[in-house]
Amino acid sequence: MYNAKYIIPGILFFLALAFVPVIYNQGHVFEVKPELPKDQKECVLPTTEMRDKHMQLLNEWRNEAVRDGSRIFINAKGQKYVKSLTNTCMSCHPDKTKFCDRCHETVGVAPYCWDCHNLSPNQKSPIPPVASAAAGGH
Amino acid sequence: MAAFYSFLAVLALIVIPWLGVGMGMSALFGIALPYIAIIIFMVGFTMRIVDWAKSPVPFCIPTTGGQQKSLPWIKWSPWDNPVDKKGVFMRMVLEVLCFRSLFRNTSVKLQQDGPKVGYSSEKSLWLFSLIFHYCFLLILVRHLRFFLMPIPGAVGIAEFLDSILQIGLPVMYQSDALIMVGLLFLLARRVFDGKVRYITLMQDYFPLFLLLGIVLTGVWMRYVVKVDVIAVKELTMSIVTLRPHMPTAPIDPSVYAHLTLVCALFIYFPFSKLMHMGGIFLSPTRVLPNMSRRAQWVNPWNDPAVKAHSYEAYEDDFREKMIEAGLPVDKKA
Ligand code: HEC
Ligand code: HEC
Ligand code: HEC
Ligand code: HEM
Repeated sequence: MYNAKYIIPGILFFLALAFVPVIYNQGHVFEVKPELPKDQKECVLPTTEMRDKHMQLLNEWRNEAVRDGSRIFINAKGQKYVKSLTNTCMSCHPDKTKFCDRCHETVGVAPYCWDCHNLSPNQKSPIPPVASAAAGGH
Repeated sequence: MAAFYSFLAVLALIVIPWLGVGMGMSALFGIALPYIAIIIFMVGFTMRIVDWAKSPVPFCIPTTGGQQKSLPWIKWSPWDNPVDKKGVFMRMVLEVLCFRSLFRNTSVKLQQDGPKVGYSSEKSLWLFSLIFHYCFLLILVRHLRFFLMPIPGAVGIAEFLDSILQIGLPVMYQSDALIMVGLLFLLARRVFDGKVRYITLMQDYFPLFLLLGIVLTGVWMRYVVKVDVIAVKELTMSIVTLRPHMPTAPIDPSVYAHLTLVCALFIYFPFSKLMHMGGIFLSPTRVLPNMSRRAQWVNPWNDPAVKAHSYEAYEDDFREKMIEAGLPVDKKA
């Protein structure tokens, strides 16, 4: 073999890359345990659907509420919910760090919603600063 | 026809896992195939490199794109026409990161006024292949979120920048759109340019369709069906920590299609033109310094038993005969 002093380290480095995850992950367990609400039984949609599609639901709610002013969502069972991130989701899932973040951190998503939206409905200064309207604050 | 067959092959690679998982073979496509693929990739890749490294380079054959180093008052191009290791290093860095040799691509056309051949600059190949390769890299870096726990900050930064336009939810990654643009251009170039189509074979179409298939299934999973990403990560983490098991939550068949296409890519890689990834570092035309006028290039396959025979020695052997025949000699008698 020619130029072995360059090629052998090169190949070894390349092959070692494949083992980076094996070594990096050692001692870390992958588990996802969001804290589910204790006093409630059902989410807005069936649980598996919520798990995979909650961002699409939030997107629909956002667009419909802000663009069309339609603020009431009726699910397949006929239950009514106000289309609101803070007031609806966070009233049943009050602790973002123990619910949303526990999932999001494990898969590396960081939704930017909280730049503006309040974390919990009873926070003093709602952002955007509008007094609670018919459909509630934000 | 070649394009059609390649397309069918990629289609089969989507349909087979899709049906197979429906028949309960998810462990085969989710666990066995990835391990097989990575082993074939690593062994095959190493063997190709070793094979190239064993091949002697009989001549000093760098291709050069600039003035050679010669007299001190002639300006030379140290990176296009390197004479030492430092120059070659810079040349390779620029080649790998900026695709400089593709930048020099030209197109040949017969001029309208008379039978004259005209060459013009043709940068689109360079631009779109650069777009494709960088998007591919970015997607691979972003995919590390499936393979590492905790997720390194750099992956988060890549995600943030790639989704900075904040279009829709889940946020759209710009690289997803751009890689499609890149791949579709590279495909269109082969399909619509008659001269390129003429020299395009199945092994040129297949990787393009394969990559398009990977991107399309990925886009499908993220923006359309919304697969259970946490279950997928459970599977990928079990694979990379070498404790494979299937997650309890069901995974959409499109994940297996995506994974099978990726495995097909990895298996195919060492045996295909995609080996240019490693081959670029072993191309004599790229990695040799242009030394042919400064140092003797010894052909490594010369038989060591055959000693060099200088002209002086040759003349010593044949002096009388040369003088008899009237040939000029350096040393008389
Ligand atoms: C009426 C109370 C209620 C509201 C409002 C509500 N949830 Fe839920 N959510 C629940 C309950 C209860 C569960 C657990 C269901 C179960 O255990 O099957 C749940 C489960 C979930 C899950 C799945 C967790 C898992 O472990 O798979 C997600 C994701 C979720 N909710 C997000 C949301 C979002 C986003 C909103 C706002 C659009 C929202 N929820 C609004 C009560 C609620
Ligand atoms: C730039 C600030 C900002 C960001 C970031 C933002 N929102 Fe909003 N959002 C608003 C404003 C302003 C309204 C309008 C409030 C109204 O009219 O009730 C709104 C309304 C909504 C509504 C309907 C009304 C309500 O009470 O919630 C939803 C749902 C919503 N946003 C979801 C989201 C989600 C999900 C994200 C993250 C992906 C997000 N928003 C990010 C500012 C923001
Ligand atoms: C069961 C785990 C789980 C819980 C609980 C959960 N999410 Fe998510 N969420 C996810 C996953 C997984 C993704 C990423 C999906 C992907 O990468 O395609 C995500 C993505 C999102 C996104 C889109 C982000 C982006 O950048 O694309 C938003 C917005 C979001 N979640 C909001 C919420 C909110 C608000 C809550 C809390 C009320 C919540 N989620 C709770 C699992 C969860
Ligand atoms: C050659 C390697 C690969 C390429 C080019 C590729 C490409 C893509 C692309 C373009 C997407 C669209 C969304 C995005 O850009 O993040 C995607 C999504 C996805 N890929 Fe891959 N992929 C590769 C390997 C893998 C592997 C090995 C897995 C492991 C199972 C995987 C699992 C996923 C999943 C689960 C999604 C959906 C992500 C989401 O919903 O947010 N990919 N892929």
